[in-house]
Amino acid sequence: MTIDAPYTAAEWMAVVAAREIKDGEVVFVGTGLPMLAAMLAKRTHAPDCVIVFEAGGVDPRMNQLPMSVGDSRTIENAAMASGLFDVFNYLLQGGRIDIGFLGGAQVDRYGNINSTAIGNDYLRPKVRLPGSGGGADVAIMSQRTVIMARHELRRLPEKVDFITSPGWLEGNDSRAAAGIPHGGPAALVTTLGLIRYRDITHEPFLASVRPGIMPSDVRTQTGFALDIDVPLDLPEPSTQEIEILRRDVDPHKIFLS
Amino acid sequence: MPNKLSSLPDLACAVASGSSISIGGFTSQRHPTALLRELIRAGVSDLHVYCHSAGSDIDLLIGAGCVRRIEGAYLADGVLAPIARNWRRFVEAGRIEFSDYSNAAMMARFSAGAMGLPFLPTLSMLGSAMLNWHINAQHGDETCIGSPELRQKAVEFDCPFSGTKTLLLPAIKTDYCLLHVQKASTSGLIRIEGQEFLDIQQALAAKHVFVTCEELVDDDELRREPERNRLPPFVVEAVAEVKYGSHPHSVHNYYDYDPAHLRRYDAAAGSAERFAAYLDEFVHGLKSHSDYVVKLGGEQYFETLRPSPNLGYNANLVRTSARS
Repeated sequence: MTIDAPYTAAEWMAVVAAREIKDGEVVFVGTGLPMLAAMLAKRTHAPDCVIVFEAGGVDPRMNQLPMSVGDSRTIENAAMASGLFDVFNYLLQGGRIDIGFLGGAQVDRYGNINSTAIGNDYLRPKVRLPGSGGGADVAIMSQRTVIMARHELRRLPEKVDFITSPGWLEGNDSRAAAGIPHGGPAALVTTLGLIRYRDITHEPFLASVRPGIMPSDVRTQTGFALDIDVPLDLPEPSTQEIEILRRDVDPHKIFLS
Repeated sequence: MPNKLSSLPDLACAVASGSSISIGGFTSQRHPTALLRELIRAGVSDLHVYCHSAGSDIDLLIGAGCVRRIEGAYLADGVLAPIARNWRRFVEAGRIEFSDYSNAAMMARFSAGAMGLPFLPTLSMLGSAMLNWHINAQHGDETCIGSPELRQKAVEFDCPFSGTKTLLLPAIKTDYCLLHVQKASTSGLIRIEGQEFLDIQQALAAKHVFVTCEELVDDDELRREPERNRLPPFVVEAVAEVKYGSHPHSVHNYYDYDPAHLRRYDAAAGSAERFAAYLDEFVHGLKSHSDYVVKLGGEQYFETLRPSPNLGYNANLVRTSARS
């Protein structure tokens, strides 16, 4: 189905990320676009997905977008309002998170994320970023992860300046060799397209592009070798998904401005 | 029953410069922010701060020059201010010691301290570059200040039973833990509404726990529902009633965060000059927390942040910036 009104890159990302959530899954959500994706999934194809926030919110029925994962809006009509101890120990480390959402300033070839510091010197960085928060924990302990990032050459380098949150590390079995028992990036949703990772080697390939974007444009804007010769899936947001995003999820255009 | 009633100035004066400290709340929620402003007025300095996801609470202390060293996971007010700007400025200028951990790692460290264990194993941080950097790398010194017996930031350790790789993280014990909660009694019994964040573990990992509350209530009222009380009152050393004591941060069921003020803070924290002006206006230029509330516009001002019926937050709060 196509829709009359155009949709923005952020709306496309929210829809594509939402579709990564299967009904009934337990979803760990971070600040920003992942909140839109999870709220959209819950209002469309995955009404029984369970949203979890690290600050303590478990399975809320949210009516407003939270501004952070500790916002009171994350516990509206929730099953539980707990805290970091319960969520990190029992839900995340206990292996009960099916899918975790991550963002970051830089994402590299193997889905490693930098949210700590830009530049080669951690101690005196060119730009200091907020830090891991729960990001590294979600990357390590979720059963799988979905990363969301703006697609720019400098944001998608061959190697990130600092691995805050490990993805597939150096590819092949390097993640397991580091002692990480399971998980790893399933998808990288960007403003231009959707990147997935091969089994075993964990090399990235372009799986989808946003309508109107050429695969060669995606490659030009990517700092690592990206296989663009795979038959592309072309996900179009439905009218219903865009309407729900605009009318119910973010009516005040906090993210979708 | 002991009477632990204190006042904001007395609590601030009891915090010694050079001590280690943790602060309750999470990003823009339920920080003891009025007490932090009082610490700045009292001239407390050289603090060693431990945190998980902090926001403009610890950033305020950093910008006021109170912090020597910070160990934590995150400093930002979420979407309202995606980076704590004093933190960024101080790190980029090499003016603060710091060491990065993840939130689960800091949770494990506080929990170890609370449980009387020297360390706890975790799966957190495996494979992260955070492990490569020792606490005092700036000075070529790998000792952990506050716990001089601990030599390293973390130790990889294979489980002797299963062989599973784990990471051992050293316990945190702080001199002080400062919390802001909804209700407390003069005996030190406290009631947290909404998420507890990591307040309970932080309190139990501290030598001295000071609590500010929105309202003092009768001890009997809190004892009617003991299942809702999570901290033994004997752990709390002193309590002060500080209405609106978390502003500009939120207190579930009492008031929402203040987007306009947080944006104003964010803009100020981007430069030393602007931040000095902010401090003059909202901290040094005011004698007390009461003056702060009056300056904001008093009770009428807080009406705009009041939670909607049956919600912990204000459903009509204007959260988008005027600029966009």
